[in-house]
Amino acid sequence: MAKRQSDGPEKTEIDMTPMIDMTFQLITFFMFTLNFSTAVQDDRIQLPSSQLAKPAKGPAEDPITLQLMLDGSVIYNGEAVPLREMGGYLENEKRVLISASKEPSAATVIVRADGRSKTGEVQDLIKLCQEKGFEKFVLRAEYDESRKK
Amino acid sequence: MAAQREKLPDKISIDMTPMIDCVFQLITFFMLTLKTVISEGDFQIRMPQGVSAGAASEDAVPPVQVKMRADFDGKLAGITMNGQGVPDFDQLRRKVIDLVGTGPGSNADKTEVELDCDYNLKYINVVNAISAVSGVPQADGTTIDLIKKIKFTPPKRR
Repeated sequence: MAKRQSDGPEKTEIDMTPMIDMTFQLITFFMFTLNFSTAVQDDRIQLPSSQLAKPAKGPAEDPITLQLMLDGSVIYNGEAVPLREMGGYLENEKRVLISASKEPSAATVIVRADGRSKTGEVQDLIKLCQEKGFEKFVLRAEYDESRKK
Repeated sequence: MAAQREKLPDKISIDMTPMIDCVFQLITFFMLTLKTVISEGDFQIRMPQGVSAGAASEDAVPPVQVKMRADFDGKLAGITMNGQGVPDFDQLRRKVIDLVGTGPGSNADKTEVELDCDYNLKYINVVNAISAVSGVPQADGTTIDLIKKIKFTPPKRR
């Protein structure tokens, strides 16, 4: 037994080449799939899907993202705010725009509403924005590629 | 010189450990920052507050009125376009094509759609209606544009 052990090589060399090849492939894959998009998305919202909702060509001007949840509250800056309290926050947005010498009508309000939420609530939210002088609205939907005929 | 060459070992083994460490760190970083983003699209709507009715130009066609009624649960109970019942959104699209036409000479840019929805109607129906009136998806991924101007009637509570 003791003789056998001394017969073996002192150091076993493993060929690392295939592993390194594969590892670099993985790195390349993950590097290319890395995206730096700052688009606001939230798992609590289940967007309605549409074939005609084409991805925006460029970033919107002064975007304000309002996400309407199924229960009627709005996710604004990551916090859930009841719909009726949104007026104050929108007033703040308006003041910020005016202090930067911009008109509220130039800003884009991105509405990400849950597909199951009530239309009336979406309209109430849009109405609140209109009262503060916002004019440009974007209704966001999931781009549905699967239903291509 | 010849003697020196003979002294060199046959195979130079490079220590791979630091490189592999570093490569695995990189993999871990890229794996953890992997974010699957669902592609999203937009419907642009311009809705200034309190536009006076007289502001519309004279050659403008009166808006196409699309009414959507909801049942108690918010499910779509019926669609009407200019007072006529429409069974589904595909039929709505066909009616819009009949009305404005496609290609050159189309009235699509002059026409406006006014959506009148029940308060508790599920929002997905609104998106479907906007999809139906705003374009025809083609098999090659392009779209034939229909009516792009969309407005809403004021929300009404039950």
